Amino acid sequence: MSEMPEGDSISAALLEVEDLVVDLPVEGEMRRVLHEVSLSIRPGESVGLVGESGSGKSMTARAIDRLLPLGAAVGGVIRFDGGDVMALSGTELRRFRGEVAMIFQDPRAHINPVRRIGDFMTEALRTNRNLPSAEAEHRAVDLLESVGIEDGRRRLRQYPHELSGGLLQRVMIATALLTQPRLLLADEPTTAVDVTTQAEVMAILDDLRREFRLAMLFITHNLELAAAVCDRTAVMYAGQVVEVRASSLLHDDPLHPYTAALAAARPDIGATKDRLASIPGRPLSAFEAPSDACAFAPRCSHVRDACREQRPALTELDGGLTRCLRANELRGHMGSETT
Amino acid sequence: MTEPILQVEGLRKDFGELIAVDDVTATVREGGSLAIVGESGSGKTTVAKMIVGLEGPTAGSIRACGRDRSTPARSTAERRRRGREVQIVFQDPYTSLDPRQTVERALDEVLRLHQGWDAERRRSRVLELGELVGLDGRQIRALPRALSGGQRQRVAIARALAAEPRVLILDESVAALDVSIQAQVLNLLADIRDETGISYVLISHDLAVVRQLTEETIVMWRGRVVERGPTAQVLDDPQDDYTKRLRASVPRPGWKPTRRAKAGVGEETDR
Amino acid sequence: MSVVAQPVEAVEAVGRRSWFALLRATGAAGVASAIVIAAATFVAALGPLLAPDSPYLGQLSFSYVGPTGGHPLGFDGQGRDLLSRLLVGARTSMLGPLAVVVICILAGTFLAVSAAWRRGAYDAFVSSGLDVLFAFPGILLAILAATVFGAGLVAASLSLAVAYTPYVARVLRGAALRERSQQYVAALEVQGASAFSICLRHLIPNMLPLIVAQATILFGYAMVDLAAISFLGLGVQPPNPDWGVMISENQSGVVQGYPLAALAAGICIVVVVVAFNILGERLYDQAQAERR
Repeated sequence: MSEMPEGDSISAALLEVEDLVVDLPVEGEMRRVLHEVSLSIRPGESVGLVGESGSGKSMTARAIDRLLPLGAAVGGVIRFDGGDVMALSGTELRRFRGEVAMIFQDPRAHINPVRRIGDFMTEALRTNRNLPSAEAEHRAVDLLESVGIEDGRRRLRQYPHELSGGLLQRVMIATALLTQPRLLLADEPTTAVDVTTQAEVMAILDDLRREFRLAMLFITHNLELAAAVCDRTAVMYAGQVVEVRASSLLHDDPLHPYTAALAAARPDIGATKDRLASIPGRPLSAFEAPSDACAFAPRCSHVRDACREQRPALTELDGGLTRCLRANELRGHMGSETT
Repeated sequence: MTEPILQVEGLRKDFGELIAVDDVTATVREGGSLAIVGESGSGKTTVAKMIVGLEGPTAGSIRACGRDRSTPARSTAERRRRGREVQIVFQDPYTSLDPRQTVERALDEVLRLHQGWDAERRRSRVLELGELVGLDGRQIRALPRALSGGQRQRVAIARALAAEPRVLILDESVAALDVSIQAQVLNLLADIRDETGISYVLISHDLAVVRQLTEETIVMWRGRVVERGPTAQVLDDPQDDYTKRLRASVPRPGWKPTRRAKAGVGEETDR
Repeated sequence: MSVVAQPVEAVEAVGRRSWFALLRATGAAGVASAIVIAAATFVAALGPLLAPDSPYLGQLSFSYVGPTGGHPLGFDGQGRDLLSRLLVGARTSMLGPLAVVVICILAGTFLAVSAAWRRGAYDAFVSSGLDVLFAFPGILLAILAATVFGAGLVAASLSLAVAYTPYVARVLRGAALRERSQQYVAALEVQGASAFSICLRHLIPNMLPLIVAQATILFGYAMVDLAAISFLGLGVQPPNPDWGVMISENQSGVVQGYPLAALAAGICIVVVVVAFNILGERLYDQAQAERR
């Protein structure tokens, strides 16, 4: 399936995910957590992946980095730089993981609390690349500076508990960049930090992206944030990508009713709304999504009988992608009518 | 001029060397709503804890419903009466309910504390409260683990309302919820205010939520109030440097995040 | 609105597990252990009725005579029916550890919950007091108690209880602190509920799986230690039948090439202790898993 709406040929993509299907064993039965997820990212491009809890956005990142739990069954294709990611093993897999770095929501959960920052940062370089520790440390200090930490030498000798959450997240970003990755998977990297710190972390990511021509998959539940900092945004619902859209068009010209509803449900910092346009019901988990109907149909204000009879395919529309049967006729009538 | 329903004056809290809250003064009039805005470490949650009596202030006074509550309650009766004046809903919907207790029993326990009602009357009130926050009969009989985050937060709201408080403190109560659920709960809170005339104190870092729910705002930074005023004015035309920076950090279309100074002193630890 | 109601459908299935379901979750080894424990308890309760012979009267001429008809395990060093002594001895062998466990759990839970609730100076005081007690080995304490108060099951059990309590209190204090920090506890405080009722109706019930697991593991330890104390002659006094005493009494048989009498009592202890340990560990794992 073609997934490159804005020009360029397919071969230009750094990462291609096609019809990714993941099943996980839950209490003895296999549950589908991703339904035919398709995505592509070009070098230097940032793509937002937005969804509510259980939509499968983190699972997508884990599948890309081959970090799924044991017993997971994976279908579909993941290609990185033209090579099949699912076929990698041993040294190839390790090299791939060096090229695809990941940063997480809670840095504290991913850093050994009893080891110094320096040990943590340089471990991969010293063990995988046999770099002498003096040089590894030098590289670490350089990168700490590029994420805005000036006194890197001192920081390397500190322990994680001596650093604030925002500072630790910068350390994680610097660490992720040490192996000179080409793709960064950022899984809610700013959810646990303050708003002002979030702005700084985003600025750092933005700078680094330009500096290193880094491609980024930015996972967040915050539609406004994704739209503000990413070139394109993919919206997930119940384990499916329901819309992919240039971020600049996402707010005013969404292609899927869920995206429109999500935007309308957020309170507005600029004005008190009489009543928020809440979406009835609750977000569906991926395994609850029907295979023969639109997953969003039960909560959709534009639903028709046809929506309950088949699962819409991801189709192209105005340079974006949407998984809605009525996308064409609803266009221009979804964005504003709820606000 | 009637006395405010909630009034704190010169509130201060020290934790050892650290001054967590310093000289905070604020009032909420009956039926009004106040937002306390700030980031982690600003002292906003400590203010909330002092108002409900989970922390004792180092200095300053707290008055609610015309009665002082700066010092710990001296009797069971007074403790419960304070419970009927100010209630709180916390952030985390997952630890805010006893995992062994059904919704029904959790609400009933609170009713038993405050009202001398018989089982029949309490039962019907439990159903009423469930209806008020949009929980059906089956959800009322369920254990917390069978409920979603949004449903649990509704239960926490219902439990707070069971005491029929005059003031409800919402300590980041909608922050952990999914956007679509957050909207439901915010609408619910607005309905409850219309129905009961309750006053809200919203502790939040989310300026859009603050705009939606409150009339007055104070902005806290490192324990102090740096700006105060009507919510619309504070958000649309911030005066203090910190408020301006906070406002500028909110992502919006066309937003370009900018790096401030290099990370430096004062950011070493969380404490 | 079927979507909203969906998660509640499985209330019964995902609701709190019954003790029976909890036991089943401990696996085959856990269930087998529980059966062993139940059997030992049954014998402890009804031992004297089950015993085919007198556990006290014997003929020295039968000393260390092997199994014969009517005496499936043969005789001990003093010519008493071994099976009868084992069956009757089960009672003191189980009763001692039970007393230790009951005292430890009551004292440990009280100390843990009160320390977790009051925190601050009181917690520091209790914790350092427990640390001091920690330094005393249980057996040493028991020997000390025996010399002061005279040998016997009561003195031995009490001193073991004192020695074990810090261990129990420390583990439970961690759990109590965790529970104390849950927001529902703060919510109840704000409602005006008393500390006593919050602890009794919320904190302790939520700690119960861990408390039961602790008690079970402790029972095994207490049984071994009490047997050792009896073996040293400071616990249960002969001629009263007790598994520890029986090992001690029949040591001479081991030297004389007839180990069965001492071994039989030893096996009883090992089997019951292993059962308690396995079940305890499994329950502990379940209690931890339940907290996620």
